[in-house]
Amino acid sequence: MIVEQLKDATEFHRVEPVISAKNLDLTFQTNDGPVHALKDVSLQIGKGEFVSFIGPSGCGKTTFLRCMADLEHPTSGEITVNGVSPEEARKARSYGYVFQAAGLYPWRTIGGNIRLPLEIMGYSKHDQAERVARVLELVELAGFEKKYPWQLSGGMQQRASIARALAFDADILLMDEPFGALDEIVRDHLNEQLLSLWARTEKTIAFVTHSIPEAVYLSTKIVVMSPRPGRITDVIESPLPKERPLDIRDTPEFLEVAHRVREGLRAGHLDD
Amino acid sequence: MIWLIFAFGVWGLGWWVNTRLAAAPRTRVTGLVVPLIFGITLIAIWEGVVRGLEISPVLLPAPSMIAARFVASTDILWEDFVQTVIKGALSGYVLGCGSAFLVAILVDRYDFLRQGLLPVGNFVAALPVIGMAPILVMWFGFDWQSKAAVVVVMVFFPMLVNTVQGLADSSAMQRDLMRTYAAGYWATLLKLRLPAAMPFIFNGLKIASTLALIGAIVAEFFGSPIRGMGFRISTSVGQLALDLVWAEIVVAAVVGSAFYGIVALVERAVTFWHPSQRHS
Repeated sequence: MIVEQLKDATEFHRVEPVISAKNLDLTFQTNDGPVHALKDVSLQIGKGEFVSFIGPSGCGKTTFLRCMADLEHPTSGEITVNGVSPEEARKARSYGYVFQAAGLYPWRTIGGNIRLPLEIMGYSKHDQAERVARVLELVELAGFEKKYPWQLSGGMQQRASIARALAFDADILLMDEPFGALDEIVRDHLNEQLLSLWARTEKTIAFVTHSIPEAVYLSTKIVVMSPRPGRITDVIESPLPKERPLDIRDTPEFLEVAHRVREGLRAGHLDD
Repeated sequence: MIWLIFAFGVWGLGWWVNTRLAAAPRTRVTGLVVPLIFGITLIAIWEGVVRGLEISPVLLPAPSMIAARFVASTDILWEDFVQTVIKGALSGYVLGCGSAFLVAILVDRYDFLRQGLLPVGNFVAALPVIGMAPILVMWFGFDWQSKAAVVVVMVFFPMLVNTVQGLADSSAMQRDLMRTYAAGYWATLLKLRLPAAMPFIFNGLKIASTLALIGAIVAEFFGSPIRGMGFRISTSVGQLALDLVWAEIVVAAVVGSAFYGIVALVERAVTFWHPSQRHS
């Protein structure tokens, strides 16, 4: 039902989507000639959706995410975030960005790292302390506020970097393979935490990954991409319920979606 | 003859003790004691050989003679220390490093400065201090001001290059992060790039600390009032008072080590987070 409504929205623009890309093209000029990173990419992301981008390296999934964040600029086409240009959205601090590596500043404590965006955005001291405590609780890192990043494990560092992106009031969360460097067990745990976090905060999440199970487990919508040139080959609306225990991954519905993603990835490779 | 035997005896003893200590597992105590024994042995051999071979004090005075002169001339040594180290080296160090730091921030901000100033700076840094010092003495007079000027010229460039390099050291991802916060130039500078540059800045400060002392002493060779370490060294050599020259050298060595050590201690406190300084 909700999915149907979103489809309507996509086709007839009745409701303003959170992120909307139309015929996006991006060409990088490199020493080996131009690289077509994105070709004719169109997509709508509605409020509160969890959208995963999956594809082999070079398919432009990270580039697309960086376009939403105004870290890359499309050569042609249109993209809006919250109804305005990515640059305006960035200046309005309307998204939090989580990178592949935690990228915490080693000279700041975990608490200090989470305070960083708050200091820059001019939150009051009192508000800062309150928010740091709240997001640390949210990512289950309470008690680690005074530790330095290098005293924590990789998984904990990545959780701290998610907390940093959640600390300020942005209703969009852009995540670029945040769990790519972590082992499977830690990853499962973080995926579970991320889902419950998403349910509690009702943020719109765009999530880049190259793991099929991760994409299927997390998303309401899976965008399959393929390289040379980077483009969207399939958009899959997930039939899975919002409530997802880890063992949902053994159900036939889950396996069916995973199968369709795999087919989409394979189709993208046929013309290689 | 007896002094020569003493020298060889001390050599053998020091060698024996130190090889045994060095073979034992390293602790805090051996880390301090081994170099100490090494140094004492060296001084004892020096004393023994100078006395045993009756070397002229003009060529090489015995350590005991240097020590006696040191104790007898503390007032002169103190006066020279104040003139050369405090007035000449330290003021030049603060002025040179401080201005290099500020210029580095400008160079980093404006690309035309990076392209224009850095090559010129390289050129100035290649000028030998021996050539620059007499000119600066002519410009700024005989007193400590000209010595400070020589120090400024010597420390400016290493400090500038290190700071500029440090300011460029933050990673693309860290800068992207600041961009996603819509952080302006100053916020990015204060919260990311300056902290990230600290290991480089302290590298520059350490290099400059040794250069400052050399500059201040050498500059006094080209004219100074009748005090200062460089002045004392050059005139005492003329009077064949080599014991006083050595006493000044001892002061210079101790001051130089202490200066470097203090900068290194501050570095450890400021860049505790850097992998090279971590102890946990």
